[in-house]
Amino acid sequence: MTRPSAPSRRGPLVAFMVKEIQHILRDRQTLTILMLMPLLQVLLFGYALRTDIQDIRVAVVDPTPDYATLALRNRLGATDRFTIVQVLPDASRLETLFRRNQADVGVELAPRFGARLARGEPADIQLIADASDPNGGTTMAAYVDAVIDDFATQMGASGGAVHVALDTRMRFNPTLASVNLFVPGLIALVITLVSALMTAISLSREKERGTLESLLVSPLRPWQIIVGKVLPYLGLGLTIVLLVLTAAWGVFRVPFRGSLALLLGEALLYTLVSLALGVLIAARTSSQRSAMLGALVGTMMPNALLSGMIFPIASMPAWLRAVTYVVPARWFIIIARGVMLEGVGVVNLWAQTCVLVLMTIVLLVAAVRSFDARLA
Amino acid sequence: MRTLRFLLRKEYRQIVRDRMMLAQILVLPVIQLLLLANAATFEVTRARLYAVDLDHTVTSRALIDRLLSSGRFELAGRSGSMALADAAMLDRRADVIARIPRDFERDLMREDAAPVQLILDAKDGAAAAVTRSYAGTIVSDYAAELGAARPGGQALALGTPAPAAPRVEVRSRAWYNPDLDYQDYMVPGILVELITIAGTLLTAVNITREKEIGTLDQLNVTPVTRAQFIAGKLIPLWSIALLEFGVGLAVAAIVFHVPMRGSVALVVGVAAVYLVAALGIGLWVSTIAGTQQQAMFITFFLMLIYLLMSGLFTPLRSMPAWAQWIAHLNPVMYFVRIMRDVLMKGAGPSDIAPNVGILVLYGALVFTLAVRQYAKRSA
Repeated sequence: MTRPSAPSRRGPLVAFMVKEIQHILRDRQTLTILMLMPLLQVLLFGYALRTDIQDIRVAVVDPTPDYATLALRNRLGATDRFTIVQVLPDASRLETLFRRNQADVGVELAPRFGARLARGEPADIQLIADASDPNGGTTMAAYVDAVIDDFATQMGASGGAVHVALDTRMRFNPTLASVNLFVPGLIALVITLVSALMTAISLSREKERGTLESLLVSPLRPWQIIVGKVLPYLGLGLTIVLLVLTAAWGVFRVPFRGSLALLLGEALLYTLVSLALGVLIAARTSSQRSAMLGALVGTMMPNALLSGMIFPIASMPAWLRAVTYVVPARWFIIIARGVMLEGVGVVNLWAQTCVLVLMTIVLLVAAVRSFDARLA
Repeated sequence: MRTLRFLLRKEYRQIVRDRMMLAQILVLPVIQLLLLANAATFEVTRARLYAVDLDHTVTSRALIDRLLSSGRFELAGRSGSMALADAAMLDRRADVIARIPRDFERDLMREDAAPVQLILDAKDGAAAAVTRSYAGTIVSDYAAELGAARPGGQALALGTPAPAAPRVEVRSRAWYNPDLDYQDYMVPGILVELITIAGTLLTAVNITREKEIGTLDQLNVTPVTRAQFIAGKLIPLWSIALLEFGVGLAVAAIVFHVPMRGSVALVVGVAAVYLVAALGIGLWVSTIAGTQQQAMFITFFLMLIYLLMSGLFTPLRSMPAWAQWIAHLNPVMYFVRIMRDVLMKGAGPSDIAPNVGILVLYGALVFTLAVRQYAKRSA
């Protein structure tokens, strides 16, 4: 898909592309939505969607308050992360608090807690987490556990335990911000939206209206029609990608550790895959509506759900993991995250790049072929 | 009442006649539920651990074995070189590096404290946080055992009588989901999301199509009142969505073994109330939009808010205040919460009453709004 060699062919192709660009610019509503949706998503994911847990509501069951239980309660209350919502004399009301979503963790202290400690008897603490959300429950319980451990050490009640200090480092994403993780995936989604969905709709619209027939009798070759259709959307796609990157970097300081040129090059490759898919869908469907549905089900859904963009692939069952191997976005997201967050070069990413190149070749050949066949 | 009956008969006939669409309405959400329930999981799987043991003692090896035998970690590699471990992480062969420094055992014995470094690949932030809390628990359990195993512990060294070493014993329990099954948590929420999106899209496109075809003008000159018209549109789609919800609930119970601790009748009853609000919003969209395409784009936008601001994927209380405000305007948020509370925790009518009350208000408000908006157009 390079430029046409004969100068006489350049004229109609350029004219055709100008017509395409005018089509795109004229539909203001669609253009606005195409530009605004990704930006809105960056904002939502950057500001609103966080998985870090900042505020844990603790209910303490303290049957016999004494110096030790008060010390522990103070300790919990003094930590920023915790709010003690209620202190209960027995555990019977704990269930209601959980059911009404008014507490996250229950700390049930043994009766005569301080007296037991003083006498050197084991003093039990039950840590009850609302684990209906498994990840949230586990994390919250671990936070409370850590505070109780500190408390025990301070009271000299750790049973002579030694202390192994766990020094953790969160690499590539120290603040655990989901926006960092999400922006590479969003780039993939934008490219899919513009390249696959819009190309499919635009091509099938010409088909539906019968204007494709007029194009056919023009001096344009079939591949020129495809190139003319595809290039403006390629430009639009890359523009929105740069817009998203600028917003992500400008507002959220999403790191960009690797080379921009490498990322754009890979984005171009991924755009080609999506365009080929779009052309293929348009060639295989008969109406705008079915093309739209085909593009949604065939490209958008798998690219959003089965690419590791939001949901980790490692957590999926084996049969679904196998499906993800044919989802192009899966490979592109690995590349984009690698370049942006890890700052790795092409050395670490050649395998994924090869997969994308292979997909491009197969899909392009299939797209041009099925298009040719329809036109013949 | 008679007019309404005629309207309803017409709507039902139209729906039943289009077999293709009927199949799509009834089958597609079930397929989506099957797919999404498997795909949409933040379940944290075994992290691949690369062990860099610079201490080479019984204690350090035991610590690594402890991590591996917990079922939370699997060994990706083991060596004495940080450079090798780094390379493994960059090649995505390892998720976690545990680095045990030289003199780990000696420091533990002499000073009762020694550091262990844990480096996590945090590209997936949520999973990294959970893995860290697992590692923290395992390491502190191990430390507690080490201390207990030492004869007399530190107390003996200081010359105080050993038997009186006091200790706090913490036992953790995970209520409502002891197996930490992610599907139990997600499937009820996904079901709400799916019937909402299908229902909204269906309603939104329905009136706009009548507009496009021109049959809306015909209806406008008949003696049908506005409320009758809106009700005539709402009731058939509402019954379909409710049926869909029932099918989805059965799939959730049979295929995914989602616990049904609370009353299923209660959940279905709330769904009936909730769907009035959800479909009412779809109707309202359809009175605003001029064409089917516009209706579809507006629904797309709503979908984004419905999905992301509902607490389905991320905890609501981790959001900043303004985002929580938006979430409180989102009817999906209330029903997702009610579903989880009733099905997982067995909440009863009195527990969920405030949330149900909001949904009732919401439904009444949206219905009135849709009727008024429609009137403007037809005038």
